[in-house]
Amino acid sequence: MFTPDEWQALRISLEVAARSVALSLPFAIAVAWLLARRPFFGRTLLDAAFHLPLVLPPVVVGYFLLLIFGSRGPIGAWLSEHFGLRLVFTTSGAALATAVMSFPLVVRAIRLSMENIDPGLEAAARTLGARGWDRFFSITLPLSLPGILAGGIVAFSASLGEFGAVITFVSNIPGETRTLSLALYTAIQTPDGDVAAVRIAALSVSLGLAGLLLSEWLARFARRRLGP
Amino acid sequence: MLEFDCSLRQGHFSLEVAFSAPSPGVTALFGRSGAGKSTVVSLLSGLLAAARGRIVLEGTVLFDSAAGVNVPAEHRAVGCVFQDARLFPHLDVRHNLEYGLRRVRGRQAPIRFDAVVDLLGLAALLARRIRELSGGERQRVALGRALLAQPRLLLLDEPLASLDAERRDEVLPYLERLREQLGIPIVYVSHDFDEVLRLAEHLVLLDRGRIVASGPLREMCLSEELHAIVGASVIGSVLEGIADRIDAAERLATIRCDELSLRVALAQIEPGSRVRLYVPADDVLIALEPPRHVSARNILSVEITRLEILNGSVLVHLAVAGTTLLARITHSAVRELDLKAGKRCFALVKAVAAQGRRFDRRAVGP
Repeated sequence: MFTPDEWQALRISLEVAARSVALSLPFAIAVAWLLARRPFFGRTLLDAAFHLPLVLPPVVVGYFLLLIFGSRGPIGAWLSEHFGLRLVFTTSGAALATAVMSFPLVVRAIRLSMENIDPGLEAAARTLGARGWDRFFSITLPLSLPGILAGGIVAFSASLGEFGAVITFVSNIPGETRTLSLALYTAIQTPDGDVAAVRIAALSVSLGLAGLLLSEWLARFARRRLGP
Repeated sequence: MLEFDCSLRQGHFSLEVAFSAPSPGVTALFGRSGAGKSTVVSLLSGLLAAARGRIVLEGTVLFDSAAGVNVPAEHRAVGCVFQDARLFPHLDVRHNLEYGLRRVRGRQAPIRFDAVVDLLGLAALLARRIRELSGGERQRVALGRALLAQPRLLLLDEPLASLDAERRDEVLPYLERLREQLGIPIVYVSHDFDEVLRLAEHLVLLDRGRIVASGPLREMCLSEELHAIVGASVIGSVLEGIADRIDAAERLATIRCDELSLRVALAQIEPGSRVRLYVPADDVLIALEPPRHVSARNILSVEITRLEILNGSVLVHLAVAGTTLLARITHSAVRELDLKAGKRCFALVKAVAAQGRRFDRRAVGP
């Protein structure tokens, strides 16, 4: 029913999304915690900076990524020199682009969850002998689980749909960076690609549905665990 | 022994408080809301630092602004039970109880898990989730969790304030057992004088960030400063004595307080137990001659030491055999009987009015 190319696009989509979530969650948790719990000088500025991808055109974000993480960009050159890691035109690069794009949404979800935690619980943990990191991992993190799950789901779905930043940063290479969105775009551009486009669209719809069901189930699980 | 001397300024509120609390023993911080009781608790636990001052617990300096010492809360071994319990919702009862116990690092842990579960009646709750607990059960778990962290000082910050009367009566006996068996100082914060009467041995009276009066509860019950804060209906005197003779059939016990013997309606008590009696001032009558054929079981020959004017009534201090009873009467009674300091008269105390409770300290542990 689907061609090998289409299966490959699905696989790349899932891989990019999964890597994107894995990449953004730890940073998002750290940033959310800073913004939620640590008043510091320049917090508003940092908050605004992390929200930039939300208001910039994705193509602009992709272009900036190219400037910074490209082969001759400051970080890109360093990564390829020390780790042999190339981001431009690779799946890893696509994951980075989608992670950057979805980052503000992930931070927002986790931060809301963290701000809802009663600071009294952390104070109680202190009086029971829990120091900084111990307290974070035993109280703050598990209680932010609903937000982390929600953030992860948001990041995953946003990654599946990301187009502009990906095509600008890592281009549209079959077998490497051609996700479902890019495959659909390619099919539309191809003469007689209508049937393929419909198939890919159908694939996207089923993937989206599955994601929604999964997220609903996860949310229910989190509610059961933490309850009021 | 706990020594506390701190001052602090927060916006319009300023706190300047110094007191010491014996160990073992229950010291009540009593006062209206906004008096600064909870601020004192935060300073003791280390969740808040004073601008100036010193806190010393059993010879260990926890805070000293002059020397730059401020032991962080996680190293103070000061157990806290908060009004809102603050149990961890993602852990079940057992893991809540074990949270502090697992973090006891290097110190001895003489307070055993099974003993606490037993003392607080938690055995049936261990596998429960926090949201499945009633308010009273939550406070008992919070107490257990604080105890198992092996505290050297226990702070109870209005632990019963969020409970209805029924749930309070369910938790109070556990607190009384705790007082009897725990060998560390307990600081009990409350604005409910009834709880103070049941638990405290010492009273620190706070008002607007200052100490108004402090001392042993017995003496404090006679102080004008306390009478100004509590409602007139709960004013009374506290006597401590030994159960002497128990007449189980008549449900009458004779309690000996120094030279004074009082007959009170108290059945479930063994002879020789220590008893605390609370005699409400509203339940003491004054007569100039010993009345005959009267239902009151106690007719005491007393001497008036002082007339304290309250709002709309008079509090008569009556000295009897080394202790003091209080009687609240009207101005007109004072005029009619011509009561004044130095005058001898008789005090009538009903056996059912004097509220007696066992007030022992059985084990003096570490």
